[in-house]
Amino acid sequence: MSSNRRILPGFRLSLGVAITYLSVMLVVPLVVCLMEVSKLTPAQFLNAVWTERTRSAYYVTLTTSFYAAVIDVVLGLLLAWVLVRYEFPFKRFFDSLVDLPFALPTAVAGLVYSSLYVANGWYGRILVPMGIKVDNTNLGIVVVLVFIGLPFVVRTLQPVLESMDADVEEAAASMGANRSQIFWRVLLPPLAPAMWTGFSLTFARALGEFGSVIFIAANKQYESEIVPVLIVSRIDEPALTEATAVAMVMLLMSFCLLMAINYLEWRSARYAH
Amino acid sequence: MSISIEHVSKHFGKFQALTDINLEVGSGELVALLGPSGSGKTTLLRIIAGLETANAGVVRYQDLDMTHSRPQERQIGFVFQHYALFRHMTVFENVAFGMRIRKTPNVEVAKRVKELLHLVRLEGLEKRYPAQLSGGQRQRVALARALGVQPRVLLLDEPFGALDAKVRAELRQWLRQLHDQMHVTTIFVTHDQEEAFEVADKVVVMQGGKIEQLGTPQEVFDHPANAFVMDFLGNVNVFHGRMQSGKVHLPGFEMAYPEYDHDVAQTATAYVRPHEVDLDRVAPNGAAMQVKVLQVHPAGSVAKVRVQSEEFGMALNIELSLDRYSELRPKQGEFLFASPRKVRVFKPADDYVI
Repeated sequence: MSSNRRILPGFRLSLGVAITYLSVMLVVPLVVCLMEVSKLTPAQFLNAVWTERTRSAYYVTLTTSFYAAVIDVVLGLLLAWVLVRYEFPFKRFFDSLVDLPFALPTAVAGLVYSSLYVANGWYGRILVPMGIKVDNTNLGIVVVLVFIGLPFVVRTLQPVLESMDADVEEAAASMGANRSQIFWRVLLPPLAPAMWTGFSLTFARALGEFGSVIFIAANKQYESEIVPVLIVSRIDEPALTEATAVAMVMLLMSFCLLMAINYLEWRSARYAH
Repeated sequence: MSISIEHVSKHFGKFQALTDINLEVGSGELVALLGPSGSGKTTLLRIIAGLETANAGVVRYQDLDMTHSRPQERQIGFVFQHYALFRHMTVFENVAFGMRIRKTPNVEVAKRVKELLHLVRLEGLEKRYPAQLSGGQRQRVALARALGVQPRVLLLDEPFGALDAKVRAELRQWLRQLHDQMHVTTIFVTHDQEEAFEVADKVVVMQGGKIEQLGTPQEVFDHPANAFVMDFLGNVNVFHGRMQSGKVHLPGFEMAYPEYDHDVAQTATAYVRPHEVDLDRVAPNGAAMQVKVLQVHPAGSVAKVRVQSEEFGMALNIELSLDRYSELRPKQGEFLFASPRKVRVFKPADDYVI
């Protein structure tokens, strides 16, 4: 028996379960992917992952996901702020509405959005004459990704906002700070880590989104084809190994991006370390 | 700068927080608002700061009506119970905040922050974040930050309430020193009478949204205006008796009470502080009751003795000086005579019941 016995019970059991879970659900599938990809020679691999079509798909996926994540952070901050700071009728109802995108099959969202934004849809009737096309465009992809990602930001920011005391704002006001100075200098900086977390969650979620995008996007090669759609179409060819190679590249890129975002998050919270 | 509060009232929904408050605070005075929770002391402080607005009445700084001006316009320093530091800023930036808002040149900011941190004895901690400081240090940063705007009034809301006893005692002495150096008009809220007495020039005792008494610590302690103040400012022994024709009849003794000269008997309540009761083995000449010693606690700056009068069925708390205690050496179970040196009777109009 070790002399440094842990007081918290169940360390070995819970760690064991956690490691087993991670292995079965994450590591093994990754290894299988790698094994599949290793069937290709380096030249074949490059041919599969670095063509004009794949480059365009990476670009579309990354840019739409990025825009969606940026919009979600701004909108989500506003929503979380309203839900935490103010009292209004049916607040609980609106609060639970936020989670709806979690529960809704994303294909339904894609279909509904598509039908709203087509030229004779409710929104389309107003927007299309103004020259704003959403259905069958990359803007449409951003719109559905915003919908899918919003709850991540709201639910990340809410607890942080709740933990912020009003006396900090009062202190700033007593020292002469006006409303915008209070917002930018006192309120926003402590929210930054949570905003980065929300951003990375939304961004990651958007990178992998498939169901809603295929219904609203044109899914045209070189233009509006996202990586998940590309992968599915390659599988259908059937070119499973090549599709897996693309998936691996996407995975690697996402991983690097998320690491970078996590670093930014850590830096923005350095005062807490 | 002097502050005057004239007929100020405030309610939150149906709750009446302050009722017709009048108060003058002279320039350079250090005043304590003292009262139990819910007495309205914090609300009054926040109204002075502009963090709340009075429903009626006027708040003046010097002769200027400030009732409706925003806190930003008042040039005040406000210190919160839970520090309210900006957790994402270093100590330096926290203290510099007010100056940055006023666009003070960097060179001057650096100089003033240095001075202020010297004043609060936190030199060398400029680069720390609030999370890396102890409670006492945090509150000193908050104080330096409040002083950074060169306030005309310094307002402190239970500033030492969240600190442990020792740090608290240190900081309140230090606040007094600081005030003597700077002479900024200062108002602080506390529920701790010891703190109020030790620090303040003037004490305002509040209860139920009203001012019960105002005076120097000595005045308030020696001449409590009513039963509430008497009870709030320290431990008391309560005697229930009756008054009639200029006399009060209490268990064990009676005393003259010219304030009530009606023939109709009325219940009376008398209050005696524990240190104003003598214990002796022989019966003294004046009023006294025979008591049995229940417990003796000699540890501390005074010896605390708890006795019971079997005749009247009441227990008393008595505090003896350590000298008197070593002379008398009361033992548990022993019978002694207790005689109050100073008894205060308040008119029933005060309708305060313990």
